[in-house]
Amino acid sequence: MRSEEPLAGSSINSANNKSANHDEPVDSPAFTARPVAAEEIPDQAAPTTLSTAQDVPVERPLQVDTGVFDELTRQRAQEIIARYPQPRSALLPLLHLVQSVEGYVSQAGISFAAELLELTTAEVSTVATFYTMFKRRPAGEHLVSVCTNTLCAALGGDEIYAGLCKKLGVGHEETAGRPGSSGSITVEHAECLAACDLAPVLQVNYEFYDNQTPESAVALVEALQRGERPAPTRGAPLTDWRHTELQLAGFFGEPQELRDAVDGPSAAPETLAGNRLAEEKGWTAPAMPGNPPPLPAVADKK
Amino acid sequence: MTERTLTPVLTRRWAAPRSWTIDTYTRLDGYTALRTALAADPDQLIQLIKDSGLRGRGGAGFPTGMKWGFIPQAKPGEQPTGPAAKPTYLVINADEGEPGTCKDVPLMMADPHSLVEGCIITAYAIRAHRCFIYVRGEVVHCLRRVHNAVKEAYAAGYLGSNILGSGFDLDIVVHAGAGAYEAGEETALLNSLEGLRAEPRLKPPFPATSGLYAAPTVVNNVETICTVPYIVNGGSDWFRTMGTEKSPGPKIYSISGHVQRPGQYEAPLGTTLRELLELAGGMKGELKFWTPGGSSTPLLTTKHMDVPLDFEGAAEAGSMLGTTAVMVFNTTVSVPWAVMKWTEFYEHESCGKCTPCREGTYWLTQILQRMVRKEGTPSDVETMLDICDNIFGRSFCALGDGAVSPIRSGIKYFRQEFLDLCAQQSGHPRQAALSGSVR
Repeated sequence: MRSEEPLAGSSINSANNKSANHDEPVDSPAFTARPVAAEEIPDQAAPTTLSTAQDVPVERPLQVDTGVFDELTRQRAQEIIARYPQPRSALLPLLHLVQSVEGYVSQAGISFAAELLELTTAEVSTVATFYTMFKRRPAGEHLVSVCTNTLCAALGGDEIYAGLCKKLGVGHEETAGRPGSSGSITVEHAECLAACDLAPVLQVNYEFYDNQTPESAVALVEALQRGERPAPTRGAPLTDWRHTELQLAGFFGEPQELRDAVDGPSAAPETLAGNRLAEEKGWTAPAMPGNPPPLPAVADKK
Repeated sequence: MTERTLTPVLTRRWAAPRSWTIDTYTRLDGYTALRTALAADPDQLIQLIKDSGLRGRGGAGFPTGMKWGFIPQAKPGEQPTGPAAKPTYLVINADEGEPGTCKDVPLMMADPHSLVEGCIITAYAIRAHRCFIYVRGEVVHCLRRVHNAVKEAYAAGYLGSNILGSGFDLDIVVHAGAGAYEAGEETALLNSLEGLRAEPRLKPPFPATSGLYAAPTVVNNVETICTVPYIVNGGSDWFRTMGTEKSPGPKIYSISGHVQRPGQYEAPLGTTLRELLELAGGMKGELKFWTPGGSSTPLLTTKHMDVPLDFEGAAEAGSMLGTTAVMVFNTTVSVPWAVMKWTEFYEHESCGKCTPCREGTYWLTQILQRMVRKEGTPSDVETMLDICDNIFGRSFCALGDGAVSPIRSGIKYFRQEFLDLCAQQSGHPRQAALSGSVR
């Protein structure tokens, strides 16, 4: 993902395309801020399908081919929408679902979500570009997120991040290897990952690897590049980023798969530090009454 | 010093084998409070929580019972009108992301059923039939544990229709976020849950009358809701045997940084840093500065080791209790550097809705980065304080106020360190602040 070539094949940006449609999200700076080689973006919308007529209502979604989303995905999308009293609430999980299929929020994915929720593609794009977990370029088989917020950084997070970037020859949100191929790794620096007692931490596909060092982090990505999947300190057995994205959309697989994932470890020694100390010292909270005390009376309703 | 002991209440089950399963939870008194609650009048539960003095554990410390009481309820026998005619929602803020804060994540991982039971009791009290648990996306293990707990609770008849024969119905949806600190602000969270950018809403109207889908909504933090079943079982008097009069109850203190045994320590509110450090095996190195409750709470120093860490004590010391995320730094850490890192965080996470925060955090970051590169000038300190004055109280939500906390308190206690850094010029031509300002 380090190519400096312009987005030559991008249908949307090419001069032949009319820019009548101001809804088009790919025109937004967020999507064009960094040049990406065309071959890195699979299934970009075919330019010929873009409507250019001035009289096209703006709310009509672009006719981007959403065929990449198969019947199962469409069923899942409907399941997501059915969870909520109002369909639009399904947007974030739908975009997670898109990422589980495409490995990023693709143009087709934006159109897919827009069609399902009867939104414009602009309305979807504005949301997709707001949240850091929605990737705008195809991500690797694994996503490695290194916490570089103050506390982790003070304890070595900055060195870990710098070491991984050097090792992989990439920067923030860049991918070593062909995105999606086996052993490809996207690296990002993350904000506080809510594991400060286990600092410095990193995550692979949002599973926790606690108490890291620059050396352990490099060893971890080397293993990932070899196709191994070292177990997280806290979390489910490692799969790949797209699989995690499916879980974020709310699909956890068959009962046994869910059970295995749920049973992944969670209680680090740090988590239980207070617990263990209390046990050792015989400290407990004040005892509750034997039976729940009567609930307070309620003032007369007027 | 009198010995303060730990009071494991919420953390009590954490070490039990497979603590996250419904079997372990029910074996250790789980879902007993639910039966008591469902037999009561909902208003009795609201009164109980008011009597207990429980205050929100998400940082602001708002009285929980009062928040529940703000939900408009139809008068018996009358046709509801206005907001009371709309469905009521319960939304759980499980979007933990305040730097230093790491209590809700272990709580949801270890004991997700206490959250589910708390949700059912709370929903019953406020007459909500739909509950959404908004879990931060990056903590997928919490998401699956909570998802699994909800599934187990449905199978056991604790969720769905006619729960335990009470006639009360409740559905819980577990919803994953997508990476935005701002979504932890309650109205931004509601926007996010509605499928919008996580930008805050103007208040009033408050969520109690106009929340999710413009309907009456209670938004509560995970730890707050997990506390509810214990108050139902133990009563408000029992709850008040811990903590202080205005800040009662136990609290999970998360201690991180340069301490021997970082981790989760549940102790009564009002515990001091000195006591917490003792519990955590003491410092690694010499204490320099610390936060009582995340990066949005002003820094404190060695002078504040005996400040009682409850809502009043932290405020009197010029800080805030926040989330009781106690980050401890020793003398190896540069205050301007730490402040720069936090400010970079706020700049990144500023949602962009309001100008003071969006522009102010950007400029503060530029100045601090320049200073840490040893290209600062002594006037930078005053410039930063001036920018802080233009952010604090003038931003749309509390993110802006939080952003200035490390800077103002850092300069208050360590001004000389900033000035000394400015005095050390790198010798490189000083970059104009505007250079590189194209984002």
